[in-house]
Amino acid sequence: MIKPGRSNPLWLAFVLHRLSGVVLALFLPLHFYVLSLALTSPAALDNFLAFSDLFVVKVAETLLVLLLAVHLFGGLRLMAMEWLPWTDRQKSLAAASVALGAGVACMFFLKVI
Amino acid sequence: MNTSNTSASLNVSVWRGTSDGGEFRSYQVPVQSNQTVLDVVTWIQQRIDNTLSYRFACRVGMCGSCAMTVNGEPRWTCRTHVNNVTENATLEIAPLRNLPVIKDLTTNMDPFFDKWIKAGGVHEPSALRNDPMVPVNPESKARKVASEGVECINCAVCYSACDTVAANPDYLGPAALQRAWTLVNDVKHNGKNTVLSAVSESGGCHNCHSHGSCTRYCPVELNPMKAVAGLKKSTVLSLLRS
Ligand code: SF4
Ligand code: SF4
Ligand code: FES
Repeated sequence: MIKPGRSNPLWLAFVLHRLSGVVLALFLPLHFYVLSLALTSPAALDNFLAFSDLFVVKVAETLLVLLLAVHLFGGLRLMAMEWLPWTDRQKSLAAASVALGAGVACMFFLKVI
Repeated sequence: MNTSNTSASLNVSVWRGTSDGGEFRSYQVPVQSNQTVLDVVTWIQQRIDNTLSYRFACRVGMCGSCAMTVNGEPRWTCRTHVNNVTENATLEIAPLRNLPVIKDLTTNMDPFFDKWIKAGGVHEPSALRNDPMVPVNPESKARKVASEGVECINCAVCYSACDTVAANPDYLGPAALQRAWTLVNDVKHNGKNTVLSAVSESGGCHNCHSHGSCTRYCPVELNPMKAVAGLKKSTVLSLLRS
């Protein structure tokens, strides 16, 4: 019925932080499971590593790194907002944390490709 | 107001109903120069349907009673010019979000003001009438912080914009928390710790997700998000100290 007003970059930053957080929460158990294969089943781990050499898997990994980095820098921004002296440049800081995250993801992609 | 008419008209959809249900109804309103959204609502009420309910008082942005949702965004309607918000000569006017609707555009503000009290927003004097007056330096850091929030006109625009209020009806909301932050920084207020513990409870300042919609929409350009950030830090520091 009544639409909420959300034309606000910080609202988008919130959504990005929440989504990246949820995806990371889903990814981490999987990540630890794969690591545990090194102990429990090295052959399965080798298979998985071969699979992770595929280009599309590398793209997916880059996306994960992007989310992780965006979540990290976004989290640092929020902690700075609450604990450091206030600055009115919150929108620029949010944009900068996304840009930094994207930079880290690009470097990762160039390295694994 | 300049009421020179032109032949053009606005297509206005106005929410008619209560919290139990309702619908948007369409009205044609002549375009006038310097027309505010409140003028449009008044025109409909006076010329087309006098059963339309809405609320206003000062018409100059002082009393905070005229806020509505205009084309999907919460606004003070007496200071919102139609020209600045219409798209293709259409206007959609609804009551504020996050508050019960009494009828049409009139919301029940009780939950909003109850939360001011719940957040410790009642002044507790630090001196009696015969005590000497304590001078307050307007340049002191605490007074400057307190002064940042005092121009709030209680319009509930920020409350309506806040998605945390929408998701958690117990959340005190930006305006009540900003009032609490003002009192925490007011040297004349005696109940600083009462305020800090009131805003630390469930539904308090730590529920804020820092979306900044409150600050984005506050018509008097206050910064409730900054006030809530101040409360978050102060409540944690006071917990560590105790
Ligand atoms: S910053 Fe906090 S108070 Fe403001 S809209 Fe977001 S959740 Fe609500
Ligand atoms: S903080 Fe701004 S938007 Fe919120 S009630 Fe006060 S004046 Fe209105
Ligand atoms: S009528 Fe008073 S603020 Fe709009």
